[in-house]
Amino acid sequence: MSKEIIKIQDLKREFTMGSETVHALRGISFDIKEGEFVTIMGSSGSGKSTMLNILGCLDQPTSGTYEIDGVKMKDLSRNQLATIRNEKIGFIFQSYNLLARTSALENVELPLLYNSKVSTEERRTRAIKALEMVGLSDRMDHTPSELSGGQQQRVAIARSLVNNPVMILADEATGNLDTRTSYEIMSLFQELNKKGITITFVTHEPDIATFSSRTIVLKDGDIIQDYNNENVQSAAAELAKLPKQDH
Amino acid sequence: MRVLNLFKIATKAIILNKTRTLLTMLGIIIGVASVIAMLAIGEGSKESIRTTISAMGSNMITIQPGADSRGPARGSGGDVQTLTLENYETIKEQSDLISYITPVVNGSGQIINGSNNWPSSIYGVNPEYLDIKVVGLKSGSMFTDAEVKSASKVAVIGQTVVENVFPDGQEPVGQMIRFNNIPFKVIGVLEEKGENTFGQDQDDVVIAPYTTVQKRILAIDHLNQIIASAISEDDAPAAVEQISNILRTEHKLLDSEEDDFSVRSMEELISTFSSTSEMLTILLVAVASISLLIGGIGIMNIMYVSVKERTKEIGLRMAVGAKGADILMQFLIEAILISITGGLLGVLLGLAATVFIEEFLNWPTSVALYSIVISFAVCAVTGIFFGWYPARKASALDPITALRYE
Repeated sequence: MSKEIIKIQDLKREFTMGSETVHALRGISFDIKEGEFVTIMGSSGSGKSTMLNILGCLDQPTSGTYEIDGVKMKDLSRNQLATIRNEKIGFIFQSYNLLARTSALENVELPLLYNSKVSTEERRTRAIKALEMVGLSDRMDHTPSELSGGQQQRVAIARSLVNNPVMILADEATGNLDTRTSYEIMSLFQELNKKGITITFVTHEPDIATFSSRTIVLKDGDIIQDYNNENVQSAAAELAKLPKQDH
Repeated sequence: MRVLNLFKIATKAIILNKTRTLLTMLGIIIGVASVIAMLAIGEGSKESIRTTISAMGSNMITIQPGADSRGPARGSGGDVQTLTLENYETIKEQSDLISYITPVVNGSGQIINGSNNWPSSIYGVNPEYLDIKVVGLKSGSMFTDAEVKSASKVAVIGQTVVENVFPDGQEPVGQMIRFNNIPFKVIGVLEEKGENTFGQDQDDVVIAPYTTVQKRILAIDHLNQIIASAISEDDAPAAVEQISNILRTEHKLLDSEEDDFSVRSMEELISTFSSTSEMLTILLVAVASISLLIGGIGIMNIMYVSVKERTKEIGLRMAVGAKGADILMQFLIEAILISITGGLLGVLLGLAATVFIEEFLNWPTSVALYSIVISFAVCAVTGIFFGWYPARKASALDPITALRYE
């Protein structure tokens, strides 16, 4: 059995809004193993975003335990959380969040700038390697405004890979893209997953879930479904089935 | 390593916003430049006063009859007759802090040479006068002590007098002139000294033995002034003190009585005039400092907007691992870089302005090193001070909220 990267036990998160207490997560437990491709599904208000924030070490649970790569996420300071985000997690966002007027290469280098263990030369080499992995080795000097949406998301994926994280955390990563580009991105995710990279993909689109190996469905702060996908679709194959577009 | 990276990030942000950064810097640039230029003008005028006064003899001590009535309307003391030749002799005998001393009697009148005439002043002195005033002779010689004793009718004249009384370029030495109808033989010409700070022509003088002037021209037996020269500039204050004591004893003044004379050194004169120009300098610098302050507020303003504008970017940086301190440093470095670059440009502009003022307005200027150091230091502090608040605000952002910020 491969080892567990994420261990979540009876996780609760409550928010106080005025006099009312909102239970965003009501005691959730699950594990994610190394090499898994998990989609977390749910409609808005299901606790999906809260789950994502906690998984991404941007937020801390009210109670319960969350362990990432053997580190217990309890009573850690803002700075310690920042270090964990820097070394263990790769973030991908719906709106790419690239730095404007900054080249693809420099965007990819960004997480390593905050890691003092990485030298300038190593930073550059790793960023180039990451861009090659997402197929953008010929676009390194382009700024985001010179890239298409799909290419921008590829840069963001390269950025999430550059620090060799234990897990990539994607938040609606295909939400801003058309179907064709979505499938292209999903096929890239599948390729990366085949190389052994653990991916957690938060989405509300059911067809995205068919490309992952496991799906967790949230509703009103509880897990209502957690199943392994017996029939994983190949995004590359789906892409081929799409009608050809005239450019 | 880490700080170096933050430095790179901050530089990048500045380069990406060239126009805005330059406009932000403008306040600082103008502030620093005006501080430097204003101080240069202030220092320049102070220095020019000092040099002209020094040229008049910086060790010089002036003893005048009448109580000290310093102020805007200073009495001439001419009609007070408390200074006598005996006073002069006593001081000369008793004071060990002076090197030269001369009695002075002076009056004005008309100088005539044939058909040329010119109104001027005559100073009756002894030969030590030249040493006290630090003037040399252009031609001829000074009168001697023997000529003083015998009250000879000889005179040494200044350049302005030469030009007006001998307009044909005649050699004045050996010629006869008349001062208020008394014939004098010209035996020497003074070196040119030009105008002093107060616009007085120092070359418009006739110098003659004090005995001659006392008896033949003014018909008085008191003195208008005694001037002396302290051994050194440092001894001048002590010499002033000593002379005062000698004169108080001589004049038999009780402790309760005020001096009926005044003794002043050049140093005091310098400080009187310097304080006026210092006042002006303070005023100018105050105005310039306000513009520097406004420059600082400009930086705060822009940094504040910049933090707001880049909230999402800050969120992203935090998500990929930037700590609060990293964000704080990034924005602080940015503010400091802006103010220091602005400061540097300001120094250059200030120096250029100073050269301009000197060349085209003919004002004396002197760039003091301290003005550059101070304005530059103020600049760096301004950057830290006004950059701190927005940077602090940026570092305290919650990454989740910042990421969702639109």
